[in-house]
Amino acid sequence: MNITFLVQNTFNGIMLGGLYALIAVGYTMVYGILRLINFAHGDVMMMGVYFAFYFAVLTKSNVVIAFIVAVLGAALLGFLIDNVAYKPLRNAPRISALITAIGVSFFLESFAVVVFGAIPKPFTSIFKSQTLLMKVLNVGGARIPVLTFLVIGITAVIFVFLFLIVYKTKIGMAMRAISADIPTTSLMGVNVNFVISFTFALGSALAAASGLMWSMRYPNVFPYMGFMPGMKAFIAAVFGGIGSIPGAMLGGLLLGLIEIFIPAYFQSMMMYRDALAFIILIVILLVKPSGLLGKKAVEKV
Amino acid sequence: MEKNEIMLEIKDLHVYYGAIHALKGISFVVPKGKIVTLIGANGAGKTTTLSTISGLVKARSGTIRFDGKDITNKPAHEVNRMGIAMVPEGRRIFPNLTVYENLMMGAYNRKDEEGIKEDLEWVFQLFPRLKERTKQLGGTLSGGEQQMLAISRALMSRPSLLMMDEPSLGLAPILVNEVFEVIQKINEEGTTILLVEQNALGALKISHYGYVLETGSIVLEGPSEELLENENVKKAYLGIS
Repeated sequence: MNITFLVQNTFNGIMLGGLYALIAVGYTMVYGILRLINFAHGDVMMMGVYFAFYFAVLTKSNVVIAFIVAVLGAALLGFLIDNVAYKPLRNAPRISALITAIGVSFFLESFAVVVFGAIPKPFTSIFKSQTLLMKVLNVGGARIPVLTFLVIGITAVIFVFLFLIVYKTKIGMAMRAISADIPTTSLMGVNVNFVISFTFALGSALAAASGLMWSMRYPNVFPYMGFMPGMKAFIAAVFGGIGSIPGAMLGGLLLGLIEIFIPAYFQSMMMYRDALAFIILIVILLVKPSGLLGKKAVEKV
Repeated sequence: MEKNEIMLEIKDLHVYYGAIHALKGISFVVPKGKIVTLIGANGAGKTTTLSTISGLVKARSGTIRFDGKDITNKPAHEVNRMGIAMVPEGRRIFPNLTVYENLMMGAYNRKDEEGIKEDLEWVFQLFPRLKERTKQLGGTLSGGEQQMLAISRALMSRPSLLMMDEPSLGLAPILVNEVFEVIQKINEEGTTILLVEQNALGALKISHYGYVLETGSIVLEGPSEELLENENVKKAYLGIS
């Protein structure tokens, strides 16, 4: 195989992996503080894409504005979901919150079917000019769409911001404190419920950002579009070590690269591309259940 | 005990854990500027009392007044914002945060940068060892250092009332004395202290007034020097017969 092929696939893999990673950090942050797998997370991504689509169509405004509105809308949605669905269950057994998460997922999907319609919408139709999306650059013989660079660049910038928030701000410090010890954090004067809701909002905003970039690459908007990316991102989070933000990034990136490289080099695997993630999930759970960067789980007594 | 300068007043407090009646109507006061101690055996309700005041546990009935305001069943973060800080049992350091970040968690609601800096200097003066370890993760400290950090973290909110739950528990004897000396020093600099201890001797020696808790009720109270001489206290809590 030649170097051009390698470069081409590396770019595709990093792009896909970055998109998975953006969604995966939402799973991992919520898990880190509440020990809850928020199964509605992929559907929040879907809602974000619809927000952008309808905002652009209805107000005929610039796509960039529509994207910002969609990301903020998804953040607000995440905040609301936590307050309405999960907050009343803070002291309930964990299984109750998990079942609620599945319920929220079904609710959002059904809501989208009823309100937005089940017929897939062409996402790229909201772009006034498609020249930027279509443009292709030549990198050492490999043909890389400008979109790929754009997506990788935006993803990287978002991750820098995420790290600044989590490691350099007060609320980020409170998020990390909550992940270790909720009662003691509240003794420090921290409104724990607010910080948890903020975490949901932050994760939802990242998922929406990922969904928007996803839809520029795969421009089919439909109510169940969040399911598969959400599932894969969840696997990425487990792969990297759930609860760990660097783990989610690594897991997402590796999953993206694997999903691109294996079918590229083994053509017969093409049909099984979606199965790869699940094979990884099974293997990681058998070999290293705590994930690549996860710490060994210590049961709290 | 003079009633004019009361900082904390507990009246007929009842607390249940499910069907278990953990506090059976206790009443006590903490005067401003003093060290008051609650002593008693394991399971007497000492930790429950502090948890209820701090807002982590809900009271079934009774009132808690702080600085004249009713704070019964207020959420923990609001209680902290009113000026009550807590050194929890078992220290409860954030292991994944650095020593500096742990201290900043204590100052979470403060906006006065200058005051925070001053207090940081103050706790480093109280515990010079912490200053060498600011960048280290809390979980890597020894037990004694973690206790120093827990006390410092609570002080960083510049509380008017400091509640301490078993600060001497699990420490080497030499550190136990150091901790009690620091508690006295903090009090002399103007902070009112409510101290819960199994180490009754150490606690009574440094405190002004004491209450003895037994299975959820206060059975005895008095100035600490009198309790130290009390025959029942001597027998049950000081190991002197």
